[in-house]
Amino acid sequence: MSDAVWEILKKVSDPEIPVLTVVDMGVVRKIEQEAETLVVSITPTYSGCPAMDEIESNIRWALEENGYTSVEVKLILSPPWTTDWMTDEGKAKLQEYGIAPPEGSSADKSVLFGEAKKVMCPRCKSRNTKLVSQFGSTACKALYKCDECQEPFDYFKCL
Amino acid sequence: MKEQLLEYTLRLGDNALILGQRLGEWCGHGPILEQDIALSNMALDQLGQARMLMQYAAEQKGGDYTEDKMAFFRDVTEYHNCLLVELENGDWGRTMARQFLFDTYNYYFYTALLSSADERLKEVAHKAIKEVAYHAQWSAEWIIRLGDGTEESHRRIQESMDDLWEWTGELFTMDDVDKLMIEAGIGVDLSRVKEQWDQKVDQILELATLKRPSDDWFQSGGKQGEHSEYLGFVLAEMQHLPRMHPEAEW
Repeated sequence: MSDAVWEILKKVSDPEIPVLTVVDMGVVRKIEQEAETLVVSITPTYSGCPAMDEIESNIRWALEENGYTSVEVKLILSPPWTTDWMTDEGKAKLQEYGIAPPEGSSADKSVLFGEAKKVMCPRCKSRNTKLVSQFGSTACKALYKCDECQEPFDYFKCL
Repeated sequence: MKEQLLEYTLRLGDNALILGQRLGEWCGHGPILEQDIALSNMALDQLGQARMLMQYAAEQKGGDYTEDKMAFFRDVTEYHNCLLVELENGDWGRTMARQFLFDTYNYYFYTALLSSADERLKEVAHKAIKEVAYHAQWSAEWIIRLGDGTEESHRRIQESMDDLWEWTGELFTMDDVDKLMIEAGIGVDLSRVKEQWDQKVDQILELATLKRPSDDWFQSGGKQGEHSEYLGFVLAEMQHLPRMHPEAEW
């Protein structure tokens, strides 16, 4: 029963990064049946992530379409989301989509006044890249530029 | 105790909300696109943190209180943010100085709050600290860039630092609410935060070739609901729509 629900959720895409599903992102934390109600617990990536409301309704719709009429989507904060929860499949999809996937865990902050991490360019695979800004097009991304192919790219930063 | 926990929650939530609102004013006005985006990102983080705290505050209030009601239907004297976050943005350097002074405080504050005895505040801290760490790094880098930049940028960032200094004392003053929360294991001992803040601020100011302003006299009162003339204008802009159309939805 829970497996069937996971399968449905694997088809719900993230509104900001449509190549990823909410399961790839590690946003879905728990699926439980409480009496008549199916309770899906989700956690935000960033606390101000504006996509959370849409993710919540998309999950609800997908489940309702598949016959689950009593659904509760619960927002939980703890434990806090980390990029470590992103699936390997998700990271591969990101890379293919042109966004560099997170490398390692929460190491990005150690760049304080030091050398920024050399992230691999998702296009030409060079590591001759540089950080343009720690804050990118969405809260979860940083802006990088590849010095090899000269293309700018997004990096999904570690959290 | 219930009353004090609510006020403590609101102090944190209001800091995040008002600073988020101030930073939002920069949206579309940043000096270059990347930095405009950076500030908007930070405004969003602050707003997200404010929401978590307002939801908790609304639950504590009970009845028909909601996060929106907490944000849009309280007046100036019911706000408990520190004065520093409500001050006008000024030029880019002034916004950076305010951000640096507050981020550094916020970083050490939330680090200490990670071990709070209050489960909800602890959860919020675990979520917020990851974001605040990025903010603190970014604003510190700007202080160095501007301080150790041109003669003009150095002069202006030093002026902003001097002007804003008197608003930083309040970050570390502890009143009865703080003391009770510390005794309960919920709140943060601000004297320890002050030591860490002093050390980091001194380190960054030195790298930025800036002088640390002297501790002459400090403004206070924001935490207790006595605000500068600026907060009313911030609230007017933030609240007028939901107050004109209280049941509005989109």
